[in-house]
Amino acid sequence: MFLINCPYCGERDQQEFKAGGEAHIERPKQPTELSDDEWAEYLFMRKNIKGVQFERWNHAHGCRKWFNMVRDTSNDEIKAIYKMGEKPPSQ
Amino acid sequence: MRNKYSVFSLIKNALSYHENWQRAWKDPAPKKDYDAVIVGGGGHGLATAYYLAKKHNMNNIAVVEKGWIGGGNTGRNTTIIRSNYLWDASAGLYDHALKIWEGLSQELNYNVMFSQRGVMNLAHNLQDVRDLKRRTHANRLNGIDAVYLSTEEVKKFCPIINTSPDIRYPVLGGTLQRRAGTARHDAVAWGYARGADEMGVDIIQNCEVKGIKRNGDSVEGIETTKGFIKTKKVGVVAAGHSSVIANMAGLRLPLESKPLQALVSEPVKPIIDTVVMSNAVHAYVSQSDKGELVIGAGTDDYVSYTQKGSHQIVEGTLNAILELYPIFSRMRMLRQWGGIVDICPDASPILSKTSIKGLYFNCGWGTGGFKATPGSGDLFAHTIANDEPHKLNAAFNLNRFVSGDLVDEHGAAAVAH
Repeated sequence: MFLINCPYCGERDQQEFKAGGEAHIERPKQPTELSDDEWAEYLFMRKNIKGVQFERWNHAHGCRKWFNMVRDTSNDEIKAIYKMGEKPPSQ
Repeated sequence: MRNKYSVFSLIKNALSYHENWQRAWKDPAPKKDYDAVIVGGGGHGLATAYYLAKKHNMNNIAVVEKGWIGGGNTGRNTTIIRSNYLWDASAGLYDHALKIWEGLSQELNYNVMFSQRGVMNLAHNLQDVRDLKRRTHANRLNGIDAVYLSTEEVKKFCPIINTSPDIRYPVLGGTLQRRAGTARHDAVAWGYARGADEMGVDIIQNCEVKGIKRNGDSVEGIETTKGFIKTKKVGVVAAGHSSVIANMAGLRLPLESKPLQALVSEPVKPIIDTVVMSNAVHAYVSQSDKGELVIGAGTDDYVSYTQKGSHQIVEGTLNAILELYPIFSRMRMLRQWGGIVDICPDASPILSKTSIKGLYFNCGWGTGGFKATPGSGDLFAHTIANDEPHKLNAAFNLNRFVSGDLVDEHGAAAVAH
């Protein structure tokens, strides 16, 4: 449980947010040409990092907007928050 | 067994004030070379080592554990054992484990306190009723004992449940598996450790894996905090940290690691003599032999390795517990803790070879791996020894995420498991 600084609403309780998993997984540009292995990689395989991880979050009980977060999963410390479409900060 | 536990050994040691009991397992330094190394000294890892030695004559093996054995999820779960899963593959896997549980204390000469007190799953809406009836039929076709209970029968089996039709989520019925129950979680790890040690397995604690050495597509050994260990076979049974080990080998797994919480109350006299689970309101409760209520809560929805969960998760579970069991309203909770569980997209485990020769993974048990400990160890040992899965774990391969042949137990099984 921690506080999240929504880029649109400001600091709110984590309870208001929905975690959306790993960020920057690009949807395949040519889905019809993907092999089963590539589909599995896109759909299921995750880095699941212990340490600094890039993720998507949604302010589900607030502005309902999506944004990105850089978070250390070993201690839940939030390193950076940036809007969708913005370039991730270099870590 | 050189140090068999019996009433005679108890009397003999009582005469010397219990000061001369032999160590249950040794504390060896790692050798340079093993035929196989198991990464992770929890119940599943120790069981794997035990069956590798016992059934496959692999005695030159080691278990490496970064902390102490049984100190991870083995000592953090709510100890529920059942096999009433919907799909044939799951039914085969979990009932295999349940059958081993039934004779495990005798086999290990170690009392794992397996108690077949029954597990009851409640239905709170019409869809629950249909799902649970369907699962009962599926269980019986697979030879697994299961009965469907009416609301009155639920009340008769566990009188403290509030079956009033006026509560927010009334009890409309339930299922009962009488062969299901609980066991003492620590004893399972200790019993397997003692048994494996007896057959020559090295159990190396405080030894963290730092890297996996590969030669092309084959495993050559592992780097640990106690030095390099050469081995051609590595079986990873690292639960919430499976992805961390996989990343060392350049693999990605379909897992997300999340905190799962549980809590226990102050000890009270016997009040609930079974296990009651309720998926819809996410509450499950049993009572330990010490008298504590053992309550399982849910997972947080974000990836975290912190071994602590959010307060609102516990609050939600306790709200449900209080509505179902008003008698607990003034109980005080003693302890609350979290464990990191590795969750697969289909909520079924992975017991599988990988694209790297000699590297095997046993992971993805998510929120319900304890019940499978003996079966998981047995089948994973088979997979490592033969470099081929047993027919009971063939469906739980890593390739199912490529082929699409998932074992989708999410929501289909008895409860959040």
